[in-house]
Formats: sequence, C-alpha cells, structure tokens
Amino acid sequence: MEQENLVVQMKGISKVYPNGIAANRDVNFTLRRGEIHAIMGENGAGKSTLMKILFGLEQPTSGEILVNGEPVVINSPNKAISLGIGMVHQHFMLVPSLTVAENIVLGMAPTKSRVFVDYKKAVEIAEENATRFNLRIDPNAKVVDIPVGMKQKVEILKALVRGAKILILDEPTAVLTTQETSELFKELISLKEQGFTIVFISHKLKEIKQITDRLTIMRNGKSMGVYETASISEEEISRLMVGRDVVLEVIKDKAQPSETVLKVRDLEYTDRWNKKMLDKVSFSVRKGEILGIAGVEGNGQRELVEMLFNLNVPDAGTVYANGKSLIGMPQNIIRDQGVSLVPEDRMTYGIADIASIEENVISDRFGEKRFNRGPLFNMREIHQESETLIVDYRILAKSRKQQVKMLSGGNIQKVVVARELSSQPTLLIADQPTRGIDVGATEFIRNQIVELSRNGSGVLLVSADLNEVIELSDSLIVMYGGKIVAYFEDTDQLDDITMGEYMLGLKHQTEEEIAKVCYE
Amino acid sequence: MTNDLLLLIFNADFLFSLIRITAPILFAALGAVIAEKAGVVNIGLEGIMMISALFGVMFAYWTQLWWVGVLGALVVGVLLALMIGFFAFELKTNIILAGIAVNMLGAGGTIFLLSMLTGMKGNTGALVTRELLIPTINIPLIKSIPVLGQVLSGHAVLTYLAFLFVWLMWVLLYKTPLGLNIRAVGENPDAATSIGVSVQKIQYIAIALSGAMAGLGGAFMSMYYSQGWNSGMVAGRGFIALAATAMGRGEPVGTMLSSLLFGLAQALRTKVSGIQGVSSYLVSVIPYLVTIIGLVAYAISIKNKLKKRSPASKGA
Ligand SMILES: Nc1ncnc2c1ncn2[C@@H]1O[C@H](COP(=O)(O)OP(=O)(O)OP(=O)(O)O)[C@@H](O)[C@H]1O
Ligand SMILES: [Mg+2]
Repeated sequence: MEQENLVVQMKGISKVYPNGIAANRDVNFTLRRGEIHAIMGENGAGKSTLMKILFGLEQPTSGEILVNGEPVVINSPNKAISLGIGMVHQHFMLVPSLTVAENIVLGMAPTKSRVFVDYKKAVEIAEENATRFNLRIDPNAKVVDIPVGMKQKVEILKALVRGAKILILDEPTAVLTTQETSELFKELISLKEQGFTIVFISHKLKEIKQITDRLTIMRNGKSMGVYETASISEEEISRLMVGRDVVLEVIKDKAQPSETVLKVRDLEYTDRWNKKMLDKVSFSVRKGEILGIAGVEGNGQRELVEMLFNLNVPDAGTVYANGKSLIGMPQNIIRDQGVSLVPEDRMTYGIADIASIEENVISDRFGEKRFNRGPLFNMREIHQESETLIVDYRILAKSRKQQVKMLSGGNIQKVVVARELSSQPTLLIADQPTRGIDVGATEFIRNQIVELSRNGSGVLLVSADLNEVIELSDSLIVMYGGKIVAYFEDTDQLDDITMGEYMLGLKHQTEEEIAKVCYE
Repeated sequence: MTNDLLLLIFNADFLFSLIRITAPILFAALGAVIAEKAGVVNIGLEGIMMISALFGVMFAYWTQLWWVGVLGALVVGVLLALMIGFFAFELKTNIILAGIAVNMLGAGGTIFLLSMLTGMKGNTGALVTRELLIPTINIPLIKSIPVLGQVLSGHAVLTYLAFLFVWLMWVLLYKTPLGLNIRAVGENPDAATSIGVSVQKIQYIAIALSGAMAGLGGAFMSMYYSQGWNSGMVAGRGFIALAATAMGRGEPVGTMLSSLLFGLAQALRTKVSGIQGVSSYLVSVIPYLVTIIGLVAYAISIKNKLKKRSPASKGA
C-alpha cells in the first residue's frame, strides 16, 4: 500500500561533477502522491543537483530512480517530461525576447497548414491553462517586460502545459514578495488538491512549516533524514541543516548617524508604459546608519535603486553621494565615490557567469595599485585577495578558479556580497542582500552589514523580507505607488501590521512627517 | 560637371550591376544570419563559398547540366557546414577555429583539388561553356518598362533567388516552429534544454542551412559572375557578409539593406575606376570607406536604441 503511493523513489544517488565536487552522496529521496515535500539545506548542500538529476539535466554517478514503481533512466529533460515530471529552476529559464505564450508553447508550438506557428492558438493554450490552474498571466507580453512574479507563473505553466504531475520548484519564493508568495501558496495548495505532487525547495523555515507535508534535510551532499513537517520544530530543522544553533536575531547597538552620504531629492520617473514609478522621492542616508526601504515589490524600489547606480536615468531630480552628483555618471566613477551595490538581479548585474570567482571578486578593484606590478597584474596579491574573500564569506567552491555559474545559487550571491561589502564603501546599497542564502550565511551577512554601518558607512537596504528590513534597519521608509508614504525614525516599536497598512496604501503620513527623512 | 558624373554613374546599367554584385554577398550574409540566430558563429562562409563554387563547376561539367552544378554546390556547402558543426558540437573544438580551418581549406585545398580532378592550374578556364552557366531570365511585363525593366529584368535565376530568400528566411525565423526554436536556442540555450528542445539538433539544422546559403553563393560566383572558377574569385565576400550581418543586426531585411550597401561600394569601385583621370588607388578605398561609414551609422543607431530602452526591463 505504502509502495503504491510512492510516485518517485531515488535510491542511493551519488553525483560527482566533472570538476571533482561530490554534490550528492548516497542520497535516498521519496515522494508520496499528492504531497508537498520540502528539501532544505545550506547553500551548496546539493538540493538543486538532486532535483536536476530527477529532471534529467544531470546524470547520477550511481544510484537508481523509480517512477511509479518502475525503474527508469532519465537521461534528458524530454524523458522527464514524458514521465510527467516538470521543473521550475532556481534561475529563470525563459527566452526574454519571446512572448509569454511563445515561451509556454516553445518546443511544442501549435501549427496551421502544418508549417506556420499558429500564434492565436498558442495564446489560447496559454490562456486556457492559466484559467484552469488559476495562474494569472498576460500571454501577449514579452518576457523581458513582465515582473518576476509573472515569470514564476509562466515557468509553472510551462511545466503544467507539458502534462507534469510532479512539479519541482527550486526556491520559487526567493524572488517573490510576501503578497506574491501567499498567492503562489494558494495556487500550490489547489494543485495539491487536484492530485499534483510538489517538491518545494526553500530556505525560509516559516514557509516550509506553512505549506509542506514532509521534508528532507540535506547537509554536505548527504540526506539527514525525512521528517513529517508537523512533528519537527524550526530549531531542530536548522540544527540538522547547519549542525549548530542559528541566531537570526541581529544584535546591534544604537546607531550614531553623522553627516549625510546620500542625498536624493525630488526624483521622478515615468516608465515606458506611462506608469509613474517614482513620484518626488526625497530622502537622505547618513553615515553610521542603516536606512531600510520597505514596500510591496513594484512600488518603485527597483527603479529607485537603478537611478542611484545610473542603470537608468530619471526624468527629474537629483542624486548626490558625498556631495557629487551621480546622475549620468559611469559606474566606475560612482564606485570611486565609495558607493557599492548588491543588485537585486544577481545574474544580470551582479556577476559575469562564465568568469571565475577570482575574476568576479576583483572586477571592481583590479586597477588598484596593489594588484598591479608595472603593466602586469600582481597575481600573488590577486590570489591572496580572492582566497581571503572566499574564506571570509564562506563561499563553497572547489577553488578560486571555479566558474561562477558552476556555483550553487546561494554561493553566487555570496560572491556578489563579498565583493561589494569588502570594498569598504562609504555607501552600500543592498537590494535583497540575503536572497537565496541559507540561514547560517544570512546571519553572517546581516552581521557584516551592521558592522559596516557601525564603522561609519551609510547603508541603504531594500528587502522584500519584511522581517529583515525591520530587524536590520535603524530607520525605515515605506514606498507605495512610487512615493514615500511613511518614515519611521526608530524601528524598535514597529510591527508587521502597522507596516502592512502603509505598504498596501491604506495609510500614509503627512508631508512634514515624511520630510524628516531629509534631515534638513 | 558633377551632374554629368552622377548621370554617368547612376544609370540603369549601374543599378543592374549593383543587384548582380550584391547577390553573392547576400547569399553568404543570409547564411550568417541563420547561424547567428541559433547562437552559432559560422566564420567559414568564405571557405565554403570557394569549395562549393569549384564543385558547382565540376558537377555541371560532369553532367553537362547547370542545375546539377548548383545543387551540387548547395550539397557541398551543407556538408562542409555540418563538418564545422561536428567539430564544434561533437568534438568540442572552438567553432571559430573550425571555421578558419575550412577557410584555409578553401584557399589552398581547392587549387590542389582542381589539379587533381582536371590537371588544370588555378582556374577552370575551358570547362565552362555558355550552356553550363546559370541562365538569365527576362521577366515578361517588367522587361518592357523603360529603366525599371533594364534594372530588374535579365538577371540570373540565382539573383532572384537570393532576394526571395530574404523573405523566406524571415518567414522561417518568425513564422515557423523551427524558427521559434532557433531563436530560443540562440538567446537562451538553457531555456530550450529545460523544456526538451535539443540545442545541438537545432544548431546543426541552422548551420546546415547556413552552409546551403554559402553554397549557393559559391555557385553564383563560379557559374555566373566569373563564368568559371578561379582561385581569387570569392575575394573576401564571405567576410564582407559577416560585416553586413552585424550591420543588419542579424535580421534578414536589415542584412539585405547592408548587403546592398556593400554591393554599392563594390559597384562604385568598378564603375569609377573605368573613368579616365581618376586615381585607381583612391578608388580602391571606396569599399572600405563605405564599410567604416556604415559601421559608424550602425553604432549610432544602436546607441540611440539603447537609450530609449529602459534597462529596468532587462531583469531576469
Ligand atoms: N555544473 C556544475 N559543475 C560543477 N559543480 C557544480 C555544478 N553545479 C553545482 N555544483 C557544485 O555542487 C554543489 C551543490 O550545488 P547545488 O546547486 O546542488 O546546491 P544547492 O543545495 O542547490 O545550494 P543553494 O541553496 O545555494 O542553491 C556545490 O558545491 C556547487 O558548487
Ligand atoms: Mg540551488
């Protein structure tokens, strides 16, 4: 009876990558029909690898897989798809210049007269499935233009359209806002009720507790066992994952802000769809403090960060760092002002994925004297610098020469954070700094950010994780509809509920109250 | 005076030769377009043109049928391109090196092959009779329109085909499932893999089509343009095609326009060097000058395009 219910059995799976990294060691993993099964574990524990093996993207070095009781060899994603397995990857696998509908039907496009793509039909297929599974999308929009939340849905639809009964979601909530996450959860539960089996990878304990039935914990390539979610406590989970107790509370002394490092005044920006994304945004960040920006994603935070680093040009307004205007300045000049950025989109703006860890961490500083000897690089210094950063930031890698794209998702983020935090910035802009990072490393990065600010740097923190902004920031602004709607000088007494009201636009402070964040 | 000069240059004859000169560049450029869309760099176009040009003549001579020659050139082009693909995809050689190898084969190997097959040195001279050349067509109605008829009618079959292929290529890329797959593979191979589209298969198809185009370009050169094969015949057209594709942003129509521009430069050179009292050294600079002007225009337009597009939308 129990056997019949197991849709997937992976037995004794081991995986050694060509570069010698053993990502999975003798892992056993089973899925019951109709369950939501979590996989948890630190960055690089081997979660994505195990699921890539199930989806046929990687071949196991040894081990056996049974689907519906039958032994199978899954040697390609095609094979996995034909077995009813679908996967939504940690990093989106979409073609940006194609439309949503085209992405959904890619590889199985409907045709008319046998030759031409029947685009209308493609849109129909997309819409039909979107309604059936209650995943709202815009089939005619190009993927470059849609928000992450919708991209996530497109990915899920891609799998469902192909008849997936087993859905693997690799950190689906890492890029989602609280609202989008709860929407996704509703959708997942309804899928579960329709008999779908779901694998859910996440670093967020609360989410796991909330939505999953069972969980498998991985550490260092091995499985640490399977547990009923209801019968295991959060503390126990994190102990099994990390091997020690993790304190997620940030301990910080009171901020002693001094002069202004970042001065933003009256920023305005209207996007291509004529939507006002920034509406007279003014604030200042002072040395020695962390100013948080809270808000539901899509309320101008992303645009704001882009303006600060000249990734986009505002329609009006000024940005000064240390007294120098940043608008229209090349990024190296901005960096020369002591500004550094942990971007939200690490794959596009954070790293060069085919370059090595070493090349990535020195990419902002290779011009410095200490890394050069005459016309040549001083390789010894460069090696030393990268080795130090790899150790300090606990980047799990075989060597400094490893290509960044071969790292696990969380470790890629650590590469970015290591470079940006170690450059001794006078102003750090941290956009979702702990996204996709395990609890142990999150603790470490948060402490680093606090330390940076206490040593006199200004920090602007943007995070979709409400707990993180409240805990980490000294003071906080809330953005709604491209405007700053609230300023809290002190985050000690803040709670989720008050914040929620401001974030959803139900409440806003007076202009005078908000203007205090300019400190003039 | 200047008026006379302009008239001397831009007459019907000149426009006719512009189209004729553009055709082989266009063939090769379309080959570059399809490869690039699939994320493959086919730098071996020049060599493929050389080799298939020779085989075109040989097949036509052996069978005494011009169209067998053209087909033969096409098949040889496909085989050579597949060979580049095999080296790059299967044996994991750098695709640029594989392309360069084919180019060297085209430069040296052809002379050797010719002498082996026929004992001739450097050109096919007497093999090509009038009947073996690609025939020209007079278009019934258009023929009798003054000027226009002189410009558009009377071209070789393959010339018309080259321009027809611009449209066909566009249809293939933007209207068919294969085109959808090609664009997906070129833009994000991981996305294609993740839904079970074989990147390798698509890239093989794309490079084969690219070889077919270059093969036709080769046939055009030896079986019409130079009326016989000789070792200096392709003269960099395979590389000019790569430039034209870059300038045309890898789109079929844009690439046609930039191919016409390169064709114009060559046609001008030929024309002007015939005029008395013009320094032939100065004249030979024209094609390069046009290339530089074209590339500058291209760079400016790209820059403007970037400015308009907000980087915000690039997020993953
Ligand atoms: N293609 C690859 N080639 C070589 N090594 C790899 C490759 N992909 C992953 N690895 C290595 O295998 C290990 C496990 O990686 P994996 O992506 O499975 O981790 P993960 O548990 O998903 O981590 P995260 O939470 O950070 O996403 C890591 O040490 C990583 O560097
Ligand atoms: Mg992962």
